[in-house]
This record gives sequence, C-alpha cells and structure tokens, in this order.
Amino acid sequence: MPVSMTPLAITAYTATSAIGHGLTAQLDALQHSRSGLRPNDFSSTPLDCWIGRVDGVEDTALPATLSAWECRNNRLAWLGLNQDGFLDRVQAARARYGATRIALLLGTSTASIGATEEAYRRLDADGGFADDMLRPAIHAPHSLAAFVATALALEGPCLTISTACSSSAKVFASAERLIQLGLVDAAVVGGVDTLCDSVLFGFNALELVSPEPCRPFDASRNGISIAEAAGFALLERIDAAPDALQLLGYGEASDAHHMSTPHPDGLGAELALRDTLARAGLDAAQVDYINLHGTASLKNDEVEAALVSRAFPTRTRASSTKGFTGHTLGAAGIVEAAIALQAIEHGLIPGNLGGDTPDPICGAQFAWRNEQQRVDVALSNSFGFGGNNACLAFARAGFAA
Amino acid sequence: MSARRVYVEGIGLWSPQLADFAALRSLLAGLMPTPSTGRPAAATLPPNERRRAPESVLLAVEVAGQAVAMSGRDAATLACVFASSHGDQPITDYMCATLAQAPAELSPTRFHNSVHNAPVGYWTIATDCHAPSTAVAAQRASFGAGLLEAVSLVLAEQRAVLLVCSDTAGSAPLLEVTGCTQSFGCALVLAPEPGAATIASLQVSLTTTRILSALPEPLADWRDANASAAALPLLARLVEGRGRCQLDAAATLGLQIDMDHV
Repeated sequence: MPVSMTPLAITAYTATSAIGHGLTAQLDALQHSRSGLRPNDFSSTPLDCWIGRVDGVEDTALPATLSAWECRNNRLAWLGLNQDGFLDRVQAARARYGATRIALLLGTSTASIGATEEAYRRLDADGGFADDMLRPAIHAPHSLAAFVATALALEGPCLTISTACSSSAKVFASAERLIQLGLVDAAVVGGVDTLCDSVLFGFNALELVSPEPCRPFDASRNGISIAEAAGFALLERIDAAPDALQLLGYGEASDAHHMSTPHPDGLGAELALRDTLARAGLDAAQVDYINLHGTASLKNDEVEAALVSRAFPTRTRASSTKGFTGHTLGAAGIVEAAIALQAIEHGLIPGNLGGDTPDPICGAQFAWRNEQQRVDVALSNSFGFGGNNACLAFARAGFAA
Repeated sequence: MSARRVYVEGIGLWSPQLADFAALRSLLAGLMPTPSTGRPAAATLPPNERRRAPESVLLAVEVAGQAVAMSGRDAATLACVFASSHGDQPITDYMCATLAQAPAELSPTRFHNSVHNAPVGYWTIATDCHAPSTAVAAQRASFGAGLLEAVSLVLAEQRAVLLVCSDTAGSAPLLEVTGCTQSFGCALVLAPEPGAATIASLQVSLTTTRILSALPEPLADWRDANASAAALPLLARLVEGRGRCQLDAAATLGLQIDMDHV
C-alpha cells in the first residue's frame, strides 16, 4: 500500500463536452438533468446510434500561428482551453514558475487519428497523402500534447498518456509524481478525444454501441454512446493555494485479464480504489460521492456496481454521468474529474441519467435522481481496454483526512 | 535542476540486426553479430497469443522479457511504462484503409489491438501483473519522456519499474509521415536501490541546453529510421557501464544522464 501523499491544489479546471462549453454550461445541464446526446450525424457513412457531439467545433478556427496543427481534435482542444479563463491561469502560472517548470500531461485514446482517416479517404492518384495532409505531427499519438505545448508556450516535461479510457485520469498521477520529486512546480493535465470513424465503427464492431441513448446501470442497458470532449486542470503545490480544491489521492492498477473485457471480479478496479483511499488517507465511509465509469456496457456496469456494493456504505452516493456526456473515451477521466469537482463546489450529486429501470445489482448507494447535499470528498473511476484502471480522490479546500 | 538516481538491473534490445543487448555489445566491439531471425520470439506470451499477436506486441514483449530475465525479478511485481512514438502502424494503416472503403467491415480484434496500450495490456495479462501500467508517447522524444516517467515512478513509489520503448516499421502511405523504416525496441528494468543485479546507476537531470549525443559509427543513422532508437546513446553507454549522454525528454527539454558502475 502506498504512503499517504501531500494533497495538491487544483487552481483551475475546465471541461467542454456535449453538455456544453465550460463549467457553467456543464453545471446547468447537470442541474436540469439535460442530456447532450443526439442521433449520430457524424460518421462518414450512416451508423445507427447516438453520440455526444460538441457543438461549434467546426467553427473553432485555430489562431494563424497554430494553423499547422489544424484538425478536429486540436480544434476541440483549443475550444476547451478557451473556457473558464483557463488560458489566463496557465499564463499566470508560467509567469510565476517559468515555462520549463510546468509539466504538460495529456490523455487521449486516438489523438487526431480522424485526420489520418481523412488522409486515407482522399489519397492522391499515386496513393500518397494529399499535400495538405502531409503534416507528420498530426498523424502521431503525441499530436494533442505537442499542439497544446505550443499553444500554451510550455517547455517542461510533455507527455501523452494513452491507455484508452483511463488516459486522462492517469495524468493526475504522473503529475503528482513530478511535483512531489521537485522536477516541476506545477502541471497542466487533461485530455481530449474527438469523434472519428475509428471509434464509432470500432466499438460497433465489438457490438458495444447502443442504438439508443446509453443507459448506465439500467437493467436493459445495451451499450455505450460514443462521445467527444476536452478538459484541463492546473495542479500546484497546496502551499501555493491553500484555499483551492484538492487532489487527495490516486490509484492505478492492471486487471491482467483480457484486452476488451473487465476482470469479472473487478480486481484491477478494486486495487486502484484501495490504492487511492490509502494514498489519500481516507476510509471508504468518508467518501460522499463517487462518479462511476458506468459506460452502460453490460459487463462494466455489472462489475462496477458490485464493487460499489462491497466497498462503500449506503451513505456514499454513486452515479455515472455518461447519460449526460456519452463516453468521451480518453477524455472521460478529466471530464468526470470536473464533474466530481463541481459536485464538491455546488453540493450537487448528479443523478444517474438513463437508469430508469435500475439493474437490481445496484445497491442503495446509487443516486438515480439529482440530490443536493454537502460533498467534502468525491472519487472518480476510469477504466480502459487492456485492463487499465485508475481512480482519483478530490476534496474541498481545507479538508484533511 | 537537482539530479535523481536510479539503478539499471536489466536491458532488452531487438532490431532486425541485433537480437539482444549482447549483440549490441559485440557490434560495438567491432564484431559482426548474428542478425535476428524473422519476428521477435516474445516467449513470454502463451503460444496461441504469440501466433495471433501483432508485431508491435511481439516486439515490446520480446524486449521486456529480455530485460526482466536479466534483472532476475518477478515480472508480476514490476510497474510498467511502455512508450512508442507511433503505436502499431500496420494496424493504423489497416484501420484507415478499411474505414475509407468499407467501414462496417472493420475487424473488432484489430480495433481493440489498435489502442496504444495493447502491448502493455498483453504483457500484464501474460505475466499476471496487477501493478500500475501505462502507455505513453512523445513523438521523437518518446524514449526520453518515457524514461522520465519511469524514473519518477521508481523514485516516488520506491518500486522497480519496467520501461519499454518500441516502434515497428511502417509502410506506405503512412510511412511518408512516420518515417519509420525499420523496427527497433528496447527495455530497461530500473530500481530505486542498488542490488546484486545492478548493472549501472543512472543520475538523471533535466536541462534546457539541448545536445544530441553522437552515436558510434555502426549506429549513426538508426535514429532517423526509428524514433525509439533515440535510446541508443544510453544503450551504447550501458555497454561501457559508465559515461554521460543526453536524450530529448520533450521538444525543448533535455535529459542528461550520468552513468556509473556501482
């Protein structure tokens, strides 16, 4: 078990998804139980499903100096960076610490693979990429982080974490280690994934996509709704911002079971949870809210509901918010971290939208409708293909476990 | 910036010309090592997984297996950092070509093998490893950035870590943007304390002065042919067991490594 960590301050955060641009829109959708899902109007050929598409990505031009990075994923990243004053907060941190003393750690599952798909759809007569697609930097997994490093003028450690749907949860762990060791003074973390044919037709081939809006933890759930999102957070030492929200802990573990199916007993998920609680110095009974991975896939929800039942008392409230946003894949970690942070700031337990006929496996911890209550500690679960599990623990300012 | 120290306990290496770290040692001694034969053996995988696995998985598992065997550690105890600049290029090529022509025919297996963490996923399954595992990328700096991630995990958690960095060769049309013309993979087992298996200590520090360490003549062009071969200055130093080299940790950040016998 890990030794407990010194909490980090979350001095800024933002999220942009199908339920809106920035935190105000996100909170409004949560408060009014308004889903952002819509019938699929994105894939290059028809696919009968619902998606979480961010409005306005097509109209978000990159600044001229960044035009070499043009692609849907980087446009969404730019749209996300421009919400909630995030750019200004990073600029202030850069002025305070220096560009080399701020790490940039971003999660993504597919980065700008949509641009590579486009290049293949319109190859030259000789079978090569068209001239405007001959931009090596956007056809690589590091496209997102390299773009954001340029856009934010950051010159510290810069890393892409790509562990499928746990990617942008794990960035918090990597950032904490770099700050703890004094290698940097602050870190910008986050993640972006955008709709593309690879994930729409890929999850469809795995028979994991629902033809309807996804229904996490519903007895008749039948698959996920693919979605896109961007989110970011700025992490600093707690003594630099004692009045800020806190990252209390994190945990990471591997299922060692199967590439695309969770461990039947939720072994990796539970190890990540126990690791998180130990690092945060928390008892499970101190957790007020847990934002679940809850994809609405048959297996994930079954395994995760069982974990909630055996790990938490009934006073802990639990819900999936994928009925609002859809499954934003590599961006799910940061989007749901932002929802957990808003739960703390606004005393809002978002209801588990879409779970109209609760699966009997779900315990009394589940919040099927919105609840108002004080939230001191909130967790967020993120699980990915390859049996990759991560869990994060957040707390209000001044909370001491 | 202050330096941080970790200890190398195992080294893995595979390319079409070099089957392992001993082959690099012999090449740098002016000998002609026997080239690798065919695909990486990846003996850690169960036989049926080995038959089905894409080359990106075989390559990563091969070098990981070599490094862990040299360290004498139990693979199940090692946290894992697997880096790759481009992921599985043949699968990217297959996916994009299929999506352009007949998207509904996409193979579900190729899709779940397309995730960047497929190699580390197969590795943790094969070794029954429940430790933290991650998959990272940083363009041409993937090895240096992956090493920084691994070193920070070793030091912050005080535990041994398996670092792998590998890229397989690409083909047209993707090759034009990846420039990856030959396979190369390497692995290190890193520990927080010296021990019986220690090969060398690495003192690691970040620097904004960017220098690209020169490579001995037989390796001179390898970095151009594969981004993961950016590890070669460190691997060549490990043959001697001492000396200084510098790698890119990011586009504007260097990782200076001072190596010593223990």
